[in-house]
Amino acid sequence: MSGFFEYIGEMAENAIRVTGEIFLMLYQSVVWMFVPPFKLRNLFKQMEFVGVKSMFVVLLTGSFTGMVLALQSYNALKRFGAESLVGPTVALSMARELGPVLTGLMVTGRAGSAMATELGTMRVTEQIDALYTMAVNPIKYLVVPRIIAGILMLPVLTVIADFIGVAGGYFISVHVLNINPGVYIGRTIDFVKVEDIFDGLIKSFFFGLILSLVACYQGFYTKGGAEGVGRAATKSVVMASVLILIADYFLTSMMLK
Amino acid sequence: MIKITDLKKSFNSKKVLDGVNLDIEQGKITVIIGRSGEGKSVLIKHIIGLLKPDGGSISLDDEDITAMDEKELNNVRKRFGMLFQSAALFDSMTVAENVGFPLKEHTDMDEDKIMEIVKDKLKRVGLVGVENMMPADLSGGMKKRVGLARAIAMDPEIVLFDEPTTGLDPIMSDSIAHLMLETQKDLKTTYIAITHDIPLTYKIADKIAMLHEGKIIETGTVKEIKASTNPVLMQFVEGRAEGPIKVY
Repeated sequence: MSGFFEYIGEMAENAIRVTGEIFLMLYQSVVWMFVPPFKLRNLFKQMEFVGVKSMFVVLLTGSFTGMVLALQSYNALKRFGAESLVGPTVALSMARELGPVLTGLMVTGRAGSAMATELGTMRVTEQIDALYTMAVNPIKYLVVPRIIAGILMLPVLTVIADFIGVAGGYFISVHVLNINPGVYIGRTIDFVKVEDIFDGLIKSFFFGLILSLVACYQGFYTKGGAEGVGRAATKSVVMASVLILIADYFLTSMMLK
Repeated sequence: MIKITDLKKSFNSKKVLDGVNLDIEQGKITVIIGRSGEGKSVLIKHIIGLLKPDGGSISLDDEDITAMDEKELNNVRKRFGMLFQSAALFDSMTVAENVGFPLKEHTDMDEDKIMEIVKDKLKRVGLVGVENMMPADLSGGMKKRVGLARAIAMDPEIVLFDEPTTGLDPIMSDSIAHLMLETQKDLKTTYIAITHDIPLTYKIADKIAMLHEGKIIETGTVKEIKASTNPVLMQFVEGRAEGPIKVY
């Protein structure tokens, strides 16, 4: 029985330590963000990695999600004779929920795991120590550009996912389900407000912060050679994905109040 | 120049450094020897401020490094260069970018001037025409040479070497030893190396210090160390399994 309580105690201690370390890294990153010199080349490289290189997977996810949403919502709305609402259903779902969440999850899987692996490898091969010995702060040099890239590029990718999702929904609705294109577009414009898109973008900003911060944290504090690097990548994906879904609930509940 | 006084460090309950005392002379090569796991790397990481001790001090020109904050440490670190055991080259950068990295970070030099210095440092370590190669394309010996070129890029006053010959064949080890001697002679730099490579130690050291069970148990010149009757030191330098050092 005492073993059980020891286990719970260790888990709690570990959770508190990790939370503290993540917030400390966030604090240090915010401080270093405003300390010159600003290495824009490094930032652009990360923005390209997080944004441009995630474009294809986001386009693919967004388009198929929009298409499947059209099919499912048509199936449901037909029962109430409300097929004309397929357009706004797809657009609202994409803008408020699925665009930011799916983009967050896909970028976590692609870019977040790669960030954790890269920083983890740098840790176990002493490259991070080498930065310290050369009087270069690794938080400023490695973590800050990744976090900025995450929070800037996620909203951009979300807009793309929203747009392609609505386009996918339009394609299926008009060409497969034979909904009138004028009705589809007209109803979508009637029901979807700018604040719906804006709320989704606020979410994506937080998701970008979560995925880049968690990936940097897991990579930066990697221990235990190649096995540790693999563990860091896995942990970063699991932890960031769960935190994105939890944050999504709280952000949604705040936005709908 | 560097004075280590009663330096103590434990990890969990294991005492790694248990009162290390050592003076490191300016412009000389000091080699710290000891078995693997005796805390040599821990000691060198304290000298450059990567670790904070539990007790004791390290004075550099009468300033205590162990009491410095990160900003002060960064100013001190600009006086150091370090060659890591694995060379620790940045995978995503070319050889030239690796060697020029500290210059780019800490000076206002333009690209041409940096490239000129990079080529000069690479030439000093016997490498020509490798500027655009990636670290993954280099052999172990070449990586160490590039690591040394990067360590001396800023013309530091002190260069630290963490196991400079580990993983190299005997010929390449000898070549690294010559390189260390030549560059030290040229630059009049203070070199501090940690190693268990006894031939390297005898070849390069002005002063040898033996770290054992968390303490420096013997110091001296090559001649003095060879003449020592300390049984622990003798067992280690002669590479015998039998003796006071227990082999687990």
